Amino acid sequence: MPLIEFTEAGLYCRAGGFYIDPWKPVDRAVITHAHSDHARYGSRWYLCHHLTLPLLRLRLGDIVAESIGWNEPLKIGDVTIRLHPAGHIIGSSQIRIEHKDEVWVFSGDYKTEDDGISGAFEPVKCHTFITESTFGLPLYRWQPQAALYQSIVDWTVATVADGLTPVITGYSLGKAQRILDCLSKTGLPVFVHGAIWNIQQALLSAGLPQPEVKRVQPDLPASTYKGAVIVAPPGADGSTWMRRFSPYRTANCSGWMQVRGNVRRRNADAGFALSDHADWQGLLSAVKATGAEQVYVTHGFQSAFSRYLTELGIAAAEVKTAYGTEEEEEAAATSEGDAA
Amino acid sequence: MKAFAQLITVLGTSTKTNDKLDTLVRYFATAPDRDKVWVIALFSGRRPKRLVNAALLKKWCMEETELPEWLFEEAYHTAGDLAETIALLLPPPVVALEEMRTLASLMDEIIAQDQQPEENKRAFVTKHWKEMTQGERFVFNKLLTGNFRIGVSQKTIVNALAKATGVTANLIAHRITGNWDPVTIPFEELMSETATAADNSKPYPFCLSYAVDDVHALGNANDWQAEWKWDGIRGQVIRREGELFVWSRGEELVTEKFPEYTNLLQALPDGIVLDGEIIPSVEGKPLPFALLQTRIGRKNVTKKHLQEVPVTFFAYDILEYEGKDIRDWPLLQRRELLESITQQANHPLLLLSPVVGFSSWDELTTLRESSRDNGAEGLMLKNKNSIYHAGRKTGDWWKWKVDPLTIDGVLIYAQKGHGRRSNLYTDYTFAVRDGDQLVSFAKAYSGLTDKEFAQVDAFIKRNSIEKFGPVRTVKPELVFEIAFEGIAASNRHKSGVALRFPRMHRWRTDKKPEEINTLDDLKKMLEAYGK
Repeated sequence: MPLIEFTEAGLYCRAGGFYIDPWKPVDRAVITHAHSDHARYGSRWYLCHHLTLPLLRLRLGDIVAESIGWNEPLKIGDVTIRLHPAGHIIGSSQIRIEHKDEVWVFSGDYKTEDDGISGAFEPVKCHTFITESTFGLPLYRWQPQAALYQSIVDWTVATVADGLTPVITGYSLGKAQRILDCLSKTGLPVFVHGAIWNIQQALLSAGLPQPEVKRVQPDLPASTYKGAVIVAPPGADGSTWMRRFSPYRTANCSGWMQVRGNVRRRNADAGFALSDHADWQGLLSAVKATGAEQVYVTHGFQSAFSRYLTELGIAAAEVKTAYGTEEEEEAAATSEGDAA
Repeated sequence: MKAFAQLITVLGTSTKTNDKLDTLVRYFATAPDRDKVWVIALFSGRRPKRLVNAALLKKWCMEETELPEWLFEEAYHTAGDLAETIALLLPPPVVALEEMRTLASLMDEIIAQDQQPEENKRAFVTKHWKEMTQGERFVFNKLLTGNFRIGVSQKTIVNALAKATGVTANLIAHRITGNWDPVTIPFEELMSETATAADNSKPYPFCLSYAVDDVHALGNANDWQAEWKWDGIRGQVIRREGELFVWSRGEELVTEKFPEYTNLLQALPDGIVLDGEIIPSVEGKPLPFALLQTRIGRKNVTKKHLQEVPVTFFAYDILEYEGKDIRDWPLLQRRELLESITQQANHPLLLLSPVVGFSSWDELTTLRESSRDNGAEGLMLKNKNSIYHAGRKTGDWWKWKVDPLTIDGVLIYAQKGHGRRSNLYTDYTFAVRDGDQLVSFAKAYSGLTDKEFAQVDAFIKRNSIEKFGPVRTVKPELVFEIAFEGIAASNRHKSGVALRFPRMHRWRTDKKPEEINTLDDLKKMLEAYGK
């Protein structure tokens, strides 16, 4: 019996009697991170990292949940689980499951570069590694964060100098915090969309200091935003919510911006390939560092990445999951919630 | 070169025409003259001979990156652009070269490689790859493959040049048409008002039209001249100093593709430029465009072609007479002259595109219904007092096409798109029903909104049956109404027909795949419109 089975409801650990990031309601759910495609509503009990807990409550409301720290063993059923930093967003964790002498690790979403906010990704030795593959093609090779931050700062300053308001979009949980971190270097006043404001409040009340920002409010006059930078979720772009910043220029921060066609499709004036996922080299180095004999590849370019691993002599197979829809959901949610 | 790569990046992503214009003006104000000439050349489709083909570039990139071919292909179909795929796959530059190279000097280098053996070309290309940033590599690869199409219209280029040089836009539009060589021509000469008319072949910028829906809004019907809108190749026939030239609207000198036109040399007076349609016809009746296509694709036109597809010229305007530019004459006056010229020429290859007489918009609406019977795709409406404009101007010329033919088909194959549709399944193949079989009959890439494309893309990702390289077979479930302009017999397609300009007219979410049209329906359309 494999330690983790791929079922209709999600990744299931029979020996421990729990699911990891299930996409259907279950009794016990272990959660890697608080993005909506991994943390879904309706399960009776949740377990996650301490830093994920306030975000989980923000998104799922009143739930029964417990939290642990990184590298703290916890016995559930017949297995011992440990969380290890995944470097994806605040609180994001890989799940290590140990049963007798066998170790499996589910990566959740991860990136290998330390962004200074999310905790540094930690390679974990295991027999079987289940990895994501969002950017599992060699097209995706990220620039170092310092260089990307500099480009974003340069673009922002130049846009203000041209007399336009820079509007920078990125997922409200994860990307937005990095954008704010980056913008703090400019010294410009920063206004955020309500969705990002809410995340900030949750992080502040969890005791995590955040850069100072103001919230975009419906009743503020348009002149308030002159000379300021706006940070918003991707779904806000193209909505009526944006009109108050006119004249403005938009930039989108996402790994997809690596390819010009995607920048054009988004209709953004600029695109920065700032990603919270590992690039091709990152995925390869993470897989190799685990020393795993068997690799399962989930959401992303799973067929290409698993085939390449196989050609390298690492046994790999692709697995269908319901992950990888965060972007669509966020776009839909924010375009409706105009007043937020 | 750095400045040019930056220009391309801004033009490629900027969403506002004014931003593009400003960027171009700034570029033209600061770039070296020879670089400017090259930019004009590249954006107006004048490119040097292709140095290497796509297959070689791909091979060298695979050797440099040690990636297997299947993975290169995956990457290519996801990025949707070969030059960009290579730029992204290669490792970051080894030496951050202080970029002193100009665009023109790089073009000189590329042209100088032309006669070199393959291994020298390889060394040249890979050396540059290693010294360039990703953005520069992308541009370099585009220059090598000679395939340059970057989101900016010729009109924007012309306006930017006008702003930067102070020369009028109309004059620039005329100056940059025709035959000139970016390697030898100095920038001042290209822009010069008084440049010698050394180039006898120089055409005028074509006057273009917009589509009209409600003709009543055009006012008094008596102010308008109607003509059939032909489905051929728009062209200018030029006779100057005893030579004859033929230009297509794509600004290509196509004289050699239509050898029969040399007969017009004797029939036409010198110093004349005619605007009209290159179109095959028998006894004044146009033949389907598909026939012309079988000819223009060929390097050499054979005797058989000349007999089977006799090409004529349907003239509808005259732009130059006795060596003088008469584009500012009112249309009626030009028309009168054109009629007398064609009459005097009295040549079977030179036909006068007739005026369609009408006295009210309602009458014309009825006449328009007979367009297909006349071998036309609709009507052209031209203001009787209008001058011959350079390019597309609202107000004086309108096209009023007939509704397209349509047929319902089901989506059966899909492939990822290019450019702004990279990594999205947007290129589809459709089938009609033949008994219990599905027979593919058309490919279409356009006609849906971005939102619809996203929905179809999501369906395809969830419902693909098999993968053949980049092509996915899709569960036959989504029905689309396919619109097209013409139909012709073809032995290249399984269905036996080839459609002209097929596109998705509507997504028929109300229809089931059982309700689509049949192969018989298609054959009936071929019978009715394809002969």
